[in-house]
Amino acid sequence: MQALQDFLATPVGHLVLTVAQALALLVPVLIAVAYMTWAERRIMAAMQLRKGPNVVGPFGMLQPFADALKMLMKETIVPTGASRYLFLAAPMLTFLLAMIAWSVIPVNDGWAIADINVGILYLFAVSSLGVYGVIIAGWASNSKYAFLGALRSAAQMVSYEVSMGFVIVCVLLCAGSLNLTEIVRAQTTVWYVIPLFPMAIIFFISTLAETNRAPFDLPEGESELVAGFFVEYSSMSFALFFLGEYANILLMCSLTTILFLGGWLPPMAIEPFTWVPGPLWFALKAGLLFFCFVWVRATFPRYRYDQLMRLGWKVFLPFSLVWLIITALTLKLMGWLPA
Amino acid sequence: MIAGLAFYLFAAILIACATMVVTSRNPVHSVLYLILGFFNAAGLFLLAGAEFLAMILVIVYVGAVAVLFLFVVMMLDIDFAKMREGFQRYAPFGAVVGGILFLELLMVMGTWQFSGDAAELRLSPVPGGVSNTVALGRVLYTDYVFLFQIAGLILLVAMMGAIVLTLRERPGTRRQVIEDQLAREGKVEILSVPSGKGIRELGIYRPLPKPEPAPKQVSHGHGHGHDDHGHGGHH
Repeated sequence: MQALQDFLATPVGHLVLTVAQALALLVPVLIAVAYMTWAERRIMAAMQLRKGPNVVGPFGMLQPFADALKMLMKETIVPTGASRYLFLAAPMLTFLLAMIAWSVIPVNDGWAIADINVGILYLFAVSSLGVYGVIIAGWASNSKYAFLGALRSAAQMVSYEVSMGFVIVCVLLCAGSLNLTEIVRAQTTVWYVIPLFPMAIIFFISTLAETNRAPFDLPEGESELVAGFFVEYSSMSFALFFLGEYANILLMCSLTTILFLGGWLPPMAIEPFTWVPGPLWFALKAGLLFFCFVWVRATFPRYRYDQLMRLGWKVFLPFSLVWLIITALTLKLMGWLPA
Repeated sequence: MIAGLAFYLFAAILIACATMVVTSRNPVHSVLYLILGFFNAAGLFLLAGAEFLAMILVIVYVGAVAVLFLFVVMMLDIDFAKMREGFQRYAPFGAVVGGILFLELLMVMGTWQFSGDAAELRLSPVPGGVSNTVALGRVLYTDYVFLFQIAGLILLVAMMGAIVLTLRERPGTRRQVIEDQLAREGKVEILSVPSGKGIRELGIYRPLPKPEPAPKQVSHGHGHGHDDHGHGGHH
């Protein structure tokens, strides 16, 4: 035991420990992503009075793995005239960004791999980089559909980031820290979804736009752009986009959980609730939000492009700005500002 | 030691990227190198212990400014031969401007004087007990709040100027005014239809359009080979 601790104190041991921690977080995330695709198909099928995937394994639960195997067996096609290196780098970038963001997510008190001071800014930065995978893919494919998808996506993701930023500032004002663990701890008395309810709604809708999900899935609108920015991708490069996109959705659900739903905290600190361990609460809340993602996709038709821009700039931006001022004023006048 | 190595790594990549931005043939590649350069600058900030500035650099410059930059550069239709031509012509001029800037920097550096307690301040740029985000906030929003407000006002005026200069009211475009659509009456109706009753029975079913008159048959000499020819108007 002592020898193990001595080994972990050396730089090599530290590296081994960090890699082990990363695997302990990323493997469950990837398994969750696999089952999110299955859950999405099953839930949407149930909402549309269909059955969904139910053949491979019990309740079709081996379907995601069958799909992954199928992807692996396909040929990777690089179109003629494509910018080869960028074409192959784009899905890797998307996947990488979706993975590195998880390093700061606290699934339980003190469980974040990197408990940094500016955790929320780090997450915001990484999520704002996600647009590069899309733009580079669209440009490098040398295809009109892909390029149009990339252009739409660039404008859309930049627009919704602005209001997301204001929502995050509101939460930061209440919590008084940029550290994600501190933000969750500050919600011990009340989850921020209650005092900041309109902001939570705006944040949820903005995350839909940020992850290019329906009803804001214009960058990949099937009806007009075939598949948008990843129309030229096949095999593993397509699978990386797919995994990265769903990992991003899970990340955004987790972020909403941390900012508004009290992370690992139980709804009330009383008996039956405190029996459930924190990570399970976290997973339950993130799962509930993911269900809402699917629900929205099955319910609403796609926005028209100008309506999308109008909603982002003319509705969400002024509203969140006004709400930010109201929050700041209330905190100041009532003397509730955290020290 | 690791910090020192990281510094030289980041600095070397940063300079290499900056060179590639200027020399790269494809402008899109230039922008991508610029973005890599921003990342390395953020890394340098992190090494200096300014994590807030590092993150803001990534969010603002990489996440927003460079995206719009890339957006524009991708849509440009660039003639590379013409660009080379321009390079020959403007190189001496650029060299002169660069030289003057360099001279000015040298002059400033020549007369630079460090204050007595600079070394001490550099060792602890952040007052004890607070993170550097809080320290930055205190300086920016408490000590220099008016200067900060003035900077904001200048930016606001610049933004309004840009909008006023480029906004063009085009006559004849049909804009969607959502308020008008919501306020109109008598055109959209919400009915609750009992299940099992078709819309036909409630009398809201739109009648079929009148059958169009059959188009005149054009006689071809060899028309019998095409069965689907000219039968569009039949019901």
